[in-house]
Amino acid sequence: MDTVLIDLIYLVASVLFILGIRGLTHPRTAVRGNLFGATGMLLAIVATLLDQQIFGAGMDAFAWILAGVVIGAAIGATFALKIELTAMPEMVALLNAFGGGASALVAGAVLVSDTDPSTQTTIATVASGIIGSVTFWGSLVAFDKLRGLLLPDRPVIFPAQQILNGVLALTALGLGVMVVTEPANTEFYVGVVVVASLLGILLTIPIGGADMPVAIALLNSYSGLAAASTGFVLNNNILIITGSLVGASGIILTMIMCKAMNRSLINVLVGAIAESGGSQSDADEVYAGRVKSTSAEEVAMLLDGVRRVVIVPGYGLAVSQAQHQVRDLATLLESQGVEVEYAIHPVAGRMPGHMNVLMAEADVEYDKLKEMDAINPSFEQTDVSIVIGANDIVNPDARNDPSSPIAGMPILNVDQSRTVIVIKRSLSPGFAGIPNPLFAADNALMLFGDGKQAVLDLVAAVKDAA
Amino acid sequence: MDTFIPLLTIFMLAVFVGFEIITKVPPLLHTPLMSGSNAISGITIIGAMLSVSSSNQTTMILGFLALVIATINVVGGFLVTHRMLDMFKKKD
Repeated sequence: MDTVLIDLIYLVASVLFILGIRGLTHPRTAVRGNLFGATGMLLAIVATLLDQQIFGAGMDAFAWILAGVVIGAAIGATFALKIELTAMPEMVALLNAFGGGASALVAGAVLVSDTDPSTQTTIATVASGIIGSVTFWGSLVAFDKLRGLLLPDRPVIFPAQQILNGVLALTALGLGVMVVTEPANTEFYVGVVVVASLLGILLTIPIGGADMPVAIALLNSYSGLAAASTGFVLNNNILIITGSLVGASGIILTMIMCKAMNRSLINVLVGAIAESGGSQSDADEVYAGRVKSTSAEEVAMLLDGVRRVVIVPGYGLAVSQAQHQVRDLATLLESQGVEVEYAIHPVAGRMPGHMNVLMAEADVEYDKLKEMDAINPSFEQTDVSIVIGANDIVNPDARNDPSSPIAGMPILNVDQSRTVIVIKRSLSPGFAGIPNPLFAADNALMLFGDGKQAVLDLVAAVKDAA
Repeated sequence: MDTFIPLLTIFMLAVFVGFEIITKVPPLLHTPLMSGSNAISGITIIGAMLSVSSSNQTTMILGFLALVIATINVVGGFLVTHRMLDMFKKKD
């Protein structure tokens, strides 16, 4: 088959990918955008089947390809349809892993069969091997942490960790140079993959739970870069275009996440917040005698006759799966003429956009999900803010105390609303490990308990009061 | 190296296109953006298909493994993105 035709189809597919991502700029066009992307992928796959290398290899090659696609599609579809939407961070981590792993495998496969590879091919192979392996193992560690299987949610830090990482990175590069100079000796490539795999694990274990949005976004970017370098291995435009789109996307999300925590990427990657003890104020000092506990009935009375309520979902809401109950509460309040909106902090949850997906699953209309900058000015006109399972993202110390470990982090200004209800199991600190003066504020009331049960009680109490 | 510069040119230009479009994606859709862009990064599937058809047995086996996991990435990614985006439809 004519390679010009194949390349033209690849071009059409690349354009569809770009249009697909552009579709994601608005919820109205997003479904269509995703379909564009899927169509582009189908076109690229069909075009590849026409390639001389496959077409000429006969029925055996077709049979193996069909087998691989059927197995992969069955597993992929099962994951995608069975997974709970609250487990989306894990799902994305897993998908990242597979993307990176596939790139490292393809680069190795090409190296094995290429008897006289060019320098471009070998350098790109090393890049795919390193980035792909780091992505694969890093994403599996992220997956494990998110699921809470083997590794703790907290940062895993040990002495000389950064030195060890540096040594591993240099070893991987050194072995990479050997691949370039002696490509026929494939043991060197195996060495690159092994060392980079270790590096991927060690780079991800110091990243703690609340920093996961950064890690996931960064690994997403790596999976794109791995695909792009495999494009250089194969001299293939579509891999390069697609890989760089995804690489750019992950980098942008990484930067947005870091900005939303007012921390540098390096600071997140070394798990620094867990260590920065600096000027931590004592929890007893902050809370002693000032924390007011409340009941569902009391909150129901407070909510009687208010005009505006803002709900702030946090990771705790996702853990207790309270999204449907929260929606019920909002619907109930709206039926009484109350204006209800949701305030979404960029790093609330475990991945970019986590809270939006959670509330959308509970049928909350997307125009009620407000971004931080859009909703912050309105807290002064808000009668009651209800914070559910969030902590650091509503800690006024970030704004008021320059010596706080989270100083300068943009927060949701819930403390400016007339009354703040905080639904939380206990006064235990959030990820930053610091007390939250909000809980002791004059206008704050704590409603202790499991998120889902507390909101259920609240719904019942509001119904009774009506 | 005669292909390197044209490929690098495409790479750089695509990075800029990526930055331009993706900065316009609202935070509301950041999760679907990740899973959706992840699905398209499964484009490595075409490299895997080529490797599977190789006469070299090691290449073929590595290619087959890559094919399976790349397909998981592609099919799982597009489907789960669709599932999520379906929930973001305007309710009446």
